[in-house]
Amino acid sequence: MNRTTSVSWPLRILCFLIALWLVGPMFIVIPLSFTGQASFTFPPQSWSLDYYRNFFTDPAWTDALWTSVRLGVAVTIAATIIGTAAAIALVRGRMRGKTVVTGALMAPMLLPQIIVALAIYIAFLRLGLVGTYTGFFLAHTALAIPFVLVPVMASLRTLDPDVEHAAAGLGASPASVLWHITARLAAPGILSGAVFAFATSFDEVVISIYLQSPLLRTLPVQMYTSVTTNTDPTIAAASAIILTVTTLLILVPQLVSGRVVKD
Amino acid sequence: MHMQLDHQLTKPPTAGPVRRLGTAVRVYTGVSPALIAVGLAFLYPTALLVWLSFTDPQPGLGNYTALFSDSLAMTVIARTLRMAGTVTIVTALLAYAYAYVMTAVGTRMRAVMLVLVLMPFWTSLMARTFAWVVLLQERGPIDDLFSLTPIGSVELLGTTTGVTIAMTQVMMPFFVLPLFASLRGIDRRLIDAALGMGARPIVAFFKVYLPLSLPGILAGAAMVFTLSLGFYVTPELLGTPRESMVARLMASKVDPLLQFGAAGALAVVVLLITLALLGVILAVLKVRGGVETTGGSK
Repeated sequence: MNRTTSVSWPLRILCFLIALWLVGPMFIVIPLSFTGQASFTFPPQSWSLDYYRNFFTDPAWTDALWTSVRLGVAVTIAATIIGTAAAIALVRGRMRGKTVVTGALMAPMLLPQIIVALAIYIAFLRLGLVGTYTGFFLAHTALAIPFVLVPVMASLRTLDPDVEHAAAGLGASPASVLWHITARLAAPGILSGAVFAFATSFDEVVISIYLQSPLLRTLPVQMYTSVTTNTDPTIAAASAIILTVTTLLILVPQLVSGRVVKD
Repeated sequence: MHMQLDHQLTKPPTAGPVRRLGTAVRVYTGVSPALIAVGLAFLYPTALLVWLSFTDPQPGLGNYTALFSDSLAMTVIARTLRMAGTVTIVTALLAYAYAYVMTAVGTRMRAVMLVLVLMPFWTSLMARTFAWVVLLQERGPIDDLFSLTPIGSVELLGTTTGVTIAMTQVMMPFFVLPLFASLRGIDRRLIDAALGMGARPIVAFFKVYLPLSLPGILAGAAMVFTLSLGFYVTPELLGTPRESMVARLMASKVDPLLQFGAAGALAVVVLLITLALLGVILAVLKVRGGVETTGGSK
């Protein structure tokens, strides 16, 4: 149904207000990040770049940023490769218990976050992984796998298997079919899976709060700690930077290609 | 599901048990790294938590009997269910209006609305929660705004109302997306038919449109309710310890109390509530699916 029907004015206004409430509030961090005072007073009484300087010089913030970036990249690579392999096997292969395996791999996405976080904390205490980079890496990778699995499986399902069969019929080895045909044609799904994987790791708070140590902290954990312990506006600078970067990452590709979001 | 079926139909039959075994081995090779990662960092921890609820500090149902006789825990669970219910209802109303308009406007406008509703989905949860801290704080913008009106100063940071406002915003995409998918599949000619046969618009909505959108409503509600139950960061930063939610209670059993078994029992109860709810919703959808064939998303 693509027919345009008339929408009454009260409903239009309501939707406009909803849209404003969805997007508006977060942009308050941008003016606040230029404050000259050591408080969250809004609107700021004076202006400065102090908190941007602090964000890029204070080791507590720079270490956290660096940890998050490093971890995000590692998790993206691991989760994309592992998730894509699993997606190909689950969509193309025939095996018993496919539904059970798919369900098990999707589960991290479906359970309440706090339960996952506490379970991981208790288990990783026993395995000696709390406060370690390996612990973060394992937990974030497991969490990111479903976010790779969903788009890759979706794009594999729309892909015509006859193309693969044709390549195999013309003498391509299974590995070559997988690399030259399947992976190439599923590339959009794999790419969006990779983006989701990075976002999942970079944004994860609850599990990371439990896995952190004073020496190893991700950016969201540093933000959480900061807002619970003091009113240092550096968090506003951090939020403003993250918001700007993500907004650009989402909007620019769409503006450049002039492509409308597929519905 | 039907996509998978289609695929299996188009795939030529594999011949011979040997080849089938070979395929199976390769399939498991593909899945096993994912299973190892998820197993180590998710399945084992969850199983351990459940196991501890029956064994720590001593074997038996002690953690469960203690939990059900703990009136504070019961109050917290009831409060969390109430809060999750409120968030679900408010989200449902706003999402319904929004998703309906999405089906009625042109392609360009719809694309813009989709990007807007997905914005919170893509942007950092911490940045958004922090923005709410600034907005809701005492003498913050919202407080100032209300101070200008006869309503006077409003206290929102550190209240359940504040948590509800912020959580509803966080939950919107999870409701709008399934609902939009469901509304888009509704054949508008059915409404036209109802109107043509003399039904008032309000009657046509409640008797025809709303029942047809039920699958979308239930899918969205299930998602939002489940997510709200286990939400940790937003209530922690915007709420108050005096009115804590089940996530906080569970966390405090682990750290600093180190009562892993008690935390496990609480987690199991929350999971059972979630599963029961999902079971009811699936049953409703199944019953309706048997009666109607037009509903649901296409």
